Amino acid sequence: MIVGDWKPIETILDYLGERERILIAGCNGCVTVCNAGGQKEVDMLARILDLAGKKRGRPFHITKITVERQCDPEFLPELLALAAEHDAVLSMACGAGVQLVAEHAPGREVFPAIDTNFIGAVERKGEWGERCQACGDCKLFVTGGICPVTRCSKSLMNGPCGGSRDGKCEVDPEIPCAWNLIVDRLEALGRLDQYDIIQPPADWSKSRDGGPRKLIRKDLQ
Amino acid sequence: MVGGKLMSPSRLQSVLEAGKFAVTAEAGPPRGPDAEVVRRKARLLKGSVDACNVTDNQTSVVRMASMAACRILSEEGVEPVMQMVCRDRNRIAAQSDILGAAALGIPNLLCLTGDHQSFGDHPQAKNVFDLDSIQLVKIAREMRDAARFAGGKALEGNLELFIGASANPFADPAKIQVPRLAKKVAAGAEFIQTQCVFNIEKFKEWMKGVRERGLDTATHILAGITPARSAAMLEYMATRVAGMDVPEAVIARVKGVPKARQAEEGIRIAVETVRQLREIPGVRGVHIMAIEWEESVPEIVKQAGVR
Ligand code: SF4
Ligand code: SF4
Repeated sequence: MIVGDWKPIETILDYLGERERILIAGCNGCVTVCNAGGQKEVDMLARILDLAGKKRGRPFHITKITVERQCDPEFLPELLALAAEHDAVLSMACGAGVQLVAEHAPGREVFPAIDTNFIGAVERKGEWGERCQACGDCKLFVTGGICPVTRCSKSLMNGPCGGSRDGKCEVDPEIPCAWNLIVDRLEALGRLDQYDIIQPPADWSKSRDGGPRKLIRKDLQ
Repeated sequence: MVGGKLMSPSRLQSVLEAGKFAVTAEAGPPRGPDAEVVRRKARLLKGSVDACNVTDNQTSVVRMASMAACRILSEEGVEPVMQMVCRDRNRIAAQSDILGAAALGIPNLLCLTGDHQSFGDHPQAKNVFDLDSIQLVKIAREMRDAARFAGGKALEGNLELFIGASANPFADPAKIQVPRLAKKVAAGAEFIQTQCVFNIEKFKEWMKGVRERGLDTATHILAGITPARSAAMLEYMATRVAGMDVPEAVIARVKGVPKARQAEEGIRIAVETVRQLREIPGVRGVHIMAIEWEESVPEIVKQAGVR
């Protein structure tokens, strides 16, 4: 899922400035699952802003809505209709959702309430870890199901750097060394000989380096 | 030019190929534009080493460009080994720098991944890592041997370069360190400079694996040496430098002498280590990384009897 996290309330208040009529828009997708921008968080943010508005002596007029997915125009009509009656939309969706709402609400200000962090997985309750950078050329077959692009701090394709120590990455003893994980897993799978194959330089043109990407599926059009 | 063919310009290569025990050193460029700092280091090392590496923004701290400092070493009569890390340049910049280095008469290249920028003085920087060190070795070899850039297009003229890589016998996972060297050799690394050796037993074990795979004859291995200036420096290396293995006993030995004589003890250990390394089959030379203590190099070389 896409993992996000609240921006500091002071930052959000800064964005809102003197504006009064605010639409807080949640999303039932990834940000609900990672407890950053679903219905529950919309209610929470509304309560906090309500208090902050009263404290500044000029209360906010807050409306709340949570849609199925902010990253799909199909689910936006109701949100957009409400947006037209507000000074600003405070979107609690990921960056894609915030942008799609803005695209469909010309002349309406749309602010992000969360920071979109990464594509990740739940590691423990309340803990998420990054797993994929959407490089567009998935290499998980080669590396036994562990992503070298994302989980190695240097995105190395051919093995560990000299800084790997006790299974941890040189960058931070809290980060497992991806190549330590890869080697252990290849060994467990009986595929360690795979390691001997030199991986050629990655084709980053399929990644963000090729410019913003687009996917077209004719069969769905 | 002899008979229309360029002679290899690398003295390091000739020494190694002649089967002589090679000695290389390392010089860190200054954190400023003063060429004299580099010249001074060159004068200290001249005559004691076959070649001298110039680090490339080591530990991610900004310093004078390796290529420029290499050229200054050349002018002073010390053959340079240009270190190149993948952290700061993509394949376009890397290949461009290789051509530039060759044009300046720099005959040796050491391909490295590079320390992560979080260690240095610009942790906010964006890193590159378009390539890893193995891919960089392979690209450099193809530029030289097939006159072809990584993108497939032809390179004009002849590239003469002696191409190497590093190895860290002490890094984890230990079981992958020999296969990792095998990969570097398969990619085309003609010489290997290792992380500094304090744990000689562990190094011997790695060399055994290296010999079993025949890698000692497929490349030239130079074992790393770092003289300790003080017990504090050893402790710092043991705990704070990524990928270092400094056994307790070595630290204790330096700690055991008064502070004023610790540097002397450091040199003594370095000399003993050079002698021990020389006895290990497959070790073809030493690479002395005297961090900001280049003065110690001629001393070590002389005492160890490798010059
Ligand atoms: S290899 Fe690319 S697509 Fe596959 S998990 Fe890693 S970043 Fe994602
Ligand atoms: S220690 Fe491991 S994860 Fe960290 S940069 Fe090196 S190889 Fe990658």
